Amino acid sequence: MTPDLVGGVESPDYASHDRAAHEPYVAVFTGDVKRELDELLTRYPTKMAALLPALWIVQRERGWVSDEGMAEVAGFLDLTPAYVKGVVTFYTMYHQHPVGKYFIQVCTTSPCGICGAEDVVKAFLRHTNAGELGITSPDGKFTVIEVECLGACGFATPVMVNEEFIESVTPDKVPELLARLA
Amino acid sequence: MGFPHHPHPRETTVLTKHFGEADARTLAGWKKRGGYKALEKALGMQPADIVNVVKESGLRGRGGAGFPTGMKWSFMKPGDGKPHYLCCNADESEPGTFKDRELMRWTPHALVEGCAIGAYAIGAETAYVYIRGEFTEPLHWMESAVKEAYAAGIIGKNAMGSGKRIDVHVHKGAGAYICGEETALMESLEGRRGNPRIKPPFPAVSGVFGMPTTINNVETLIAAAPILLNGAEWYKKMSLSSPKSTGTKLYSVCGNVQRPGTYEVVMGFPFKEFLYDLCGGPLHGRKFKAVIPGGASVPIQNMEEAEATLMDYEGFVAGGSMLGSGGVIVIDDAQPMVTVIARLARFFAHESCGQCTQCREGTAWTTKILERIRDGEGTVEDLDTLLDIGEQMTGKTICVLSDSCAVPVVSGIKKFRGEFEALIQGKRFHPVTAAVA
Repeated sequence: MTPDLVGGVESPDYASHDRAAHEPYVAVFTGDVKRELDELLTRYPTKMAALLPALWIVQRERGWVSDEGMAEVAGFLDLTPAYVKGVVTFYTMYHQHPVGKYFIQVCTTSPCGICGAEDVVKAFLRHTNAGELGITSPDGKFTVIEVECLGACGFATPVMVNEEFIESVTPDKVPELLARLA
Repeated sequence: MGFPHHPHPRETTVLTKHFGEADARTLAGWKKRGGYKALEKALGMQPADIVNVVKESGLRGRGGAGFPTGMKWSFMKPGDGKPHYLCCNADESEPGTFKDRELMRWTPHALVEGCAIGAYAIGAETAYVYIRGEFTEPLHWMESAVKEAYAAGIIGKNAMGSGKRIDVHVHKGAGAYICGEETALMESLEGRRGNPRIKPPFPAVSGVFGMPTTINNVETLIAAAPILLNGAEWYKKMSLSSPKSTGTKLYSVCGNVQRPGTYEVVMGFPFKEFLYDLCGGPLHGRKFKAVIPGGASVPIQNMEEAEATLMDYEGFVAGGSMLGSGGVIVIDDAQPMVTVIARLARFFAHESCGQCTQCREGTAWTTKILERIRDGEGTVEDLDTLLDIGEQMTGKTICVLSDSCAVPVVSGIKKFRGEFEALIQGKRFHPVTAAVA
């Protein structure tokens, strides 16, 4: 792939992104998953209200929410793909491109910040080889980001690894935690 | 119970009594602890009578604003021919606050019961529990409790055999602090971007799906059950500051303190004893410097103010702050205040929905200026600029996120001006000696 030039500097390698994006799209809402969506629709007086839950299903099934995924959801809920994209981009938890196998979110808002969250972030970046926030490690396993208040401030520093919520993480616990994942 | 620590004898555990008991999370375990008796009682009462008991109890909203719950419920006019909705605000995202998380992951059935009582009282057949997406464990337990309650016929088309339909649905958010603002939550629930709405119309007139809606915090709804069972007088009597602030309040304590956790004390409890006795005081060798007592959006207290405060709605105001959500952030003398406040401003800048200019621009510029002061590149004009921006951000926007950002900044500059000025003058903050030199 020819690297894109952004301001004369090579942009980060999104090889995995491109690979996933170029694979033919496989519909999410078939069989049991379609039935799950049908059940969801009974909970609300409008189809549109099922949008957030439907997007969660796409992310659960595919690991991220692609433009094709948004278009598929739009079709079922009588919305336009542009509208769905507008909603997706408002929220932080929908991945708009593929992420590492383990998506690691470290809370660094003030209550955790004053308990040493910055050092936890550094430890994750070092031990995962991701090097930089938001960049997936070369082995495709880890993406580390800082996240705003995870709502577990008394258990500083809380960390989310995919759907798993881990409390009271300190820098010295990071290698062990990663070893368990790998 | 100071969870996860052992309960402190000076706590009054009503809502937190069963924290840490894995068995309380199941329907059988919850029933063994007296669960769903309040709902049974409620379904045998007239909705207006339930509203009156709650009104009489003096229960006020536990999410931050402190609006009287019974009065809020009474705004829902029965027999208007429209579907009514109850929304439970479980989008707990206020930095420093994690009490609702604990309530949902330890006593999920208490919230199902609270939602069912609330829905019945306001003439709603449907309650939505909007839980922030990051709360995977509370989501798991709430979904499991709802499923169990449906299977047992406690909720559903004939709730506890009453002939009344009460549906409770868990709705997962997707990462947006602003969705804790009630009208943004409703927008989000409808499948839109979480942009707050202009009020009026208020939710009781036109809320979610354009229908009359009541929105209550998790703790508020859970408190309704023991009030119905034990009566309004019982609830009022627990408080040291009755009749203005009644009952117990949950506080989630975090930051530089010996025993962070979730505590439940009666209204009017002395804050000084709470911080030093219940929470164990400062870390070894350190001193408390400041407290943000009600989540990141309330004014910062210095220790003089905090130690003189009685913990209730009026007491925190008298102490230069607000009760807010009960998220107590304790800051010790090793922390540079400018760094703490700059990070809070960054939070608000990240979470601004961007609708209103004052907020979108104000939160971003406040953050930039604070970070440059923090990095030793501030100028003498910066403090006045920050105060000026703060004024422009207050009372001028659709919702209060903008105000919330200005509050810690303005109160921080007012109460800890010396630290700002020292950094601007090129001095450095030494965390070990806690001196600016």
